[in-house]
Amino acid sequence: MSDEPTFASALVDDPPQPMIGCRGVSKTFPGAGRDFVALDGVDLDIAPDEFITVLGPSGCGKSTLLNLIAGFDLPTAGTVSVAGGPVTGPSPDKGVVFQDFALFPWLTVRKNIAYGLREKRLPKAEIRRIVDDMLDTVGLERVADHYPHQLSGGMKQRVSIARVLAIDPRILLLDEPFGALDEQRRSGLQDELLRIWEQRRKTAVFVTHSVEEAIVLGDRVVVMAAGPGRITAVVDVDLARPRDRTSDEFNALRREVTAHLWS
Amino acid sequence: MRATDAAGPAARTASGGSPEATAEAATPRRTGPRLRIRPQYLAVPVLLVVLWELAVVSGLIDARSVPAPHTVARTWWTWAAGGPDAAADPYSGTWLPSVYASTQRVLFGFALSAVAGTAVGLLIGWSRWARMLLQPVIDILRPIPTTAWVPFAVVFFGIQPTASIFLIALGCFPPIVLNATAGARGTPDVLVSAARMLGTSPQRTLWRVGLPSALPSLLTGLRVGLALAWVLVIVSEMVAVKSGLGFSLWDAYYFGRMDVIVVAMLTVGLLGYLSDKLLNLAARPVLKWAPDVR
Repeated sequence: MSDEPTFASALVDDPPQPMIGCRGVSKTFPGAGRDFVALDGVDLDIAPDEFITVLGPSGCGKSTLLNLIAGFDLPTAGTVSVAGGPVTGPSPDKGVVFQDFALFPWLTVRKNIAYGLREKRLPKAEIRRIVDDMLDTVGLERVADHYPHQLSGGMKQRVSIARVLAIDPRILLLDEPFGALDEQRRSGLQDELLRIWEQRRKTAVFVTHSVEEAIVLGDRVVVMAAGPGRITAVVDVDLARPRDRTSDEFNALRREVTAHLWS
Repeated sequence: MRATDAAGPAARTASGGSPEATAEAATPRRTGPRLRIRPQYLAVPVLLVVLWELAVVSGLIDARSVPAPHTVARTWWTWAAGGPDAAADPYSGTWLPSVYASTQRVLFGFALSAVAGTAVGLLIGWSRWARMLLQPVIDILRPIPTTAWVPFAVVFFGIQPTASIFLIALGCFPPIVLNATAGARGTPDVLVSAARMLGTSPQRTLWRVGLPSALPSLLTGLRVGLALAWVLVIVSEMVAVKSGLGFSLWDAYYFGRMDVIVVAMLTVGLLGYLSDKLLNLAARPVLKWAPDVR
């Protein structure tokens, strides 16, 4: 978006700076008796406007990695940086879409979407314009004045996405956002997310445990393994979007990624 | 509507729940109970009153210890509206001033407790420091029955309405504080994370997330507190004040006016019921979002 300060591009030198950089990132949670190593020495660079999917079994630290990038937690060792600066805490330039939606149940759809804009103290008219635009983008005009408990899971997740897009963050972090939805809604929302992403072009990190979802969405698929959590492979997805989930190329990638997952 | 126990964790709703709650967007649900009196609900109460009347009129129960319903109705009328035998009955026409005095004390005491209890409870629920400093004080004082404070209140405030207000405020405080604490502590962490991510500063998360999230639990505490306030206004007026419904009730006991006592009891019951309904009505606009708080 145009009115954002563009200090990332101002710092550009020859090798373009990654939007998200992880260097030797480790995270250990103190436990009874033995500490739990959630992440062990993760290195990952994500370019501006890149769509990365992070795939792995539960316990591989993929959500931990996302929390570190979001600033909800700090690494035990190593550094996480976004747009060249170290991550010190959550902020509106790092938008997060949670698996369980995390909508404010006491606010209507409209006010949930407006929440971040009100915290920014934008003028009322401006907030209204952006919220209407977002409602249109995710197709929820009809339920604008409903409360979250009156919505289906798919609708809730669309509100959650709209709420984050409204504050126009630099990066978009999605933690198994469609995990609670059935297959049909899931692929519908995947298409919708891609459509929005292609319009607005953001750096996106999408955590999932579905091989198909990882390949449908990502420019690259980061495969992780558990015990301790680490990256085992990064697979490029050189398929044009929209991707045909049943094509030979797609299936070849599915085999490759699955092989990494099980190795 | 039932008053949940003070310590009981209040019903809470986070966004989450069943993923496919309503496929199509549901129309907003009917909000709250309407005042609709169905005759079948009155069957048992009417039957009880009839049995009571018959028992007294037939002499099964001594009319001097339990006045008949028709006596009670007549006493209520005289007490409230005055009457031809005004000179004979010292209570004639004094009902409304008594109701006013007691209601005022309940409102003052309850309001004091509501403000203080909500503020302290939210703080304890939100901040480890506040919990460390304040929780022990509350835990030690809470088991002391409010009635045990009566002598202290009288010595401190004298036979004055202030003593009554003090006792009411003291008695309402524990349920309000406990429920406010439970409400704030029960705030889903993910909502705090979401607010921080959307630009809320750490200092304002209590105001932006903790308070609204605690509202259903807060209402439970306020309702329990308000019910206690009516108990305490009667108790305190019996011993520490020379006016109000509790005073009339105790005074009537000395003169053997059981009819006045029954009217006073029914009056307090009615006032308690009405004030609870009013509290719910007042809370409804801010609790529209909570489907299971009604």
